[in-house]
Amino acid sequence: MNTTIMLFLLQDGITNGAIYALLGLALVLVFAVTRVILIPQGEFVTYGALTYASLASGQMPGTAKLALAMGIVAFAFDLFVARKALHGRLILRSVLANIVLPAIVLAVTLYFAGQKPPVAVCIALSLLIVAMIGLFLYRIAFQPLAHTSVLVLLIASVGVHLALQGLGLLFFGAEGQRGPAVLSGAFTAGSLRFTGQSLTVYGITIAFIVGLWLFFGLTLYGKALRATAVNRLGARLAGIRTTLSGQIAFLLASVIGALSGIMIVPITTLYYDSGFLIGLKGFVAAIIGGLVSYPLTAVAALVVGIVEAFSSFYASNYKEVIVFMLLIPVLLLRSLAAPAVEEEKD
Amino acid sequence: MSALLSVTDAHVAYGKVEAVRSVSLEVGQNEIVTIVGANGAGKTTLLSAIMGILPLKGRVAFAGQDLARLDIEDRVAMGLGLVPEHRELFVTMNVEDNLELGAFRIERSRAKASIERIYTLFPRLKERRKQLAGTLSGGEQQMLAMGRALMGEPKLLMLDEPSLGLAPIIVADIFRIVTELRASGVSVLLVEQNAQAALKIADQAYVMELGEFVLSGKASDVAANEQVAASYLGFQHEAASAL
Repeated sequence: MNTTIMLFLLQDGITNGAIYALLGLALVLVFAVTRVILIPQGEFVTYGALTYASLASGQMPGTAKLALAMGIVAFAFDLFVARKALHGRLILRSVLANIVLPAIVLAVTLYFAGQKPPVAVCIALSLLIVAMIGLFLYRIAFQPLAHTSVLVLLIASVGVHLALQGLGLLFFGAEGQRGPAVLSGAFTAGSLRFTGQSLTVYGITIAFIVGLWLFFGLTLYGKALRATAVNRLGARLAGIRTTLSGQIAFLLASVIGALSGIMIVPITTLYYDSGFLIGLKGFVAAIIGGLVSYPLTAVAALVVGIVEAFSSFYASNYKEVIVFMLLIPVLLLRSLAAPAVEEEKD
Repeated sequence: MSALLSVTDAHVAYGKVEAVRSVSLEVGQNEIVTIVGANGAGKTTLLSAIMGILPLKGRVAFAGQDLARLDIEDRVAMGLGLVPEHRELFVTMNVEDNLELGAFRIERSRAKASIERIYTLFPRLKERRKQLAGTLSGGEQQMLAMGRALMGEPKLLMLDEPSLGLAPIIVADIFRIVTELRASGVSVLLVEQNAQAALKIADQAYVMELGEFVLSGKASDVAANEQVAASYLGFQHEAASAL
């Protein structure tokens, strides 16, 4: 193997690794705050990517309708919970957030659907739609289970993953799609060629990581999210609602997922079920980070990306096997190093 | 004048085991009320249930409003605060962040002023303000837990065993601050194993045994009760005299 190929593989690995890093960070965040192992993270990726690709090719994405349907269910949940004390303001707020907002987005999507809108509009709409789906998903599937064990939440998570994947097939069909590049053009540096798309991936990943770091370090809501992750009871006693933290976590996770999808879909063809495997690689990184460490997760994600790139060159049939085998030594080491952890009882 | 907190016929159970049975209690404005009793009497359970952490059968009213359907966070917003026995601090965050989060529901400008007030009350916290909560000593953690609860501007602060495991000199400090709180208009419901010290500063007192109140009244009367003196005060006499 010569240096050029090695550099190519390294570049490819880092591009993929950057995306796994974002997904891994989202998984760690959601788990720390809500104890949910977010298997449907991959569906956020495909929904984001395919919504974007559909819009860009002049089709109407079914996800916009799904968002409205989920919003209506979420509204029904809100009404049911508040049935003993129905305040006008509470209902109004719930109607606005759960029905009016997705209805407006659906209307805007319908308006743009036939006319191949500019890339920026496609991105904005895709992010908005998936963000709403993420929020409503938390409201419908996870908020009512917030007090249950990690295992119950995991089972719900698997269920949600299967449901969303099935809906994905319904919305986007079995055919794969590709989207237009966010940034076209390319330049060469030495023997390496940088496309606008791969630069977009680096730029957005770095911007997001810095943004998250600032959000968690400086803002009250960011600190509240960390506080919930560190000590759920303590946070509640300080008046921080667990549901609010959960909503923010799911919002961030769905936006990160959708954004990753939008960044990948110009590079690789994505199918309705491609997200699962992509999400799993983020999950490998998150596990290496012990589901708690953000920096470790980011580094592990880069390693996963690079290992994947090299193994697809040397043994492409085994590339997934090799990537997931990374987990075995990590889990072994962790099980030896870490003391037995009891499940949190609250 | 109606009581700030009134608990009527409260039962709290862990599954089939009733840890608190038919308990009624009142805390008035500007009052320190203490619940004393041996380990396992159900004091912590009762406080947790008043806060909404555990389900409670019976009636709890705070500032005239029934708390039955309110979450912990709503009770905090109404002015009920709890400093739990295990303090439940955000150990990986610094002192200042812990305090800031205590005022999560309070206006930002008021929270800024509150932080200065807490630093005057606990100068030690100001020295340690950039230090992680998990690295503080036990006494400092207790101060931080109290400070964080006070940041939420409670009308009633419930303290669960604030003196547990702390050096006598720090215990004295914490009890002094509890009396200062009363002077500044915060009522306190104090659960303590250190009965002597608690009865000294309290206005009203309840004695709890095996999930029930066996005695209640003015703190000075309860302290003078022979049975109480024999069960709760005698063996602690030496420790308490350090105060």
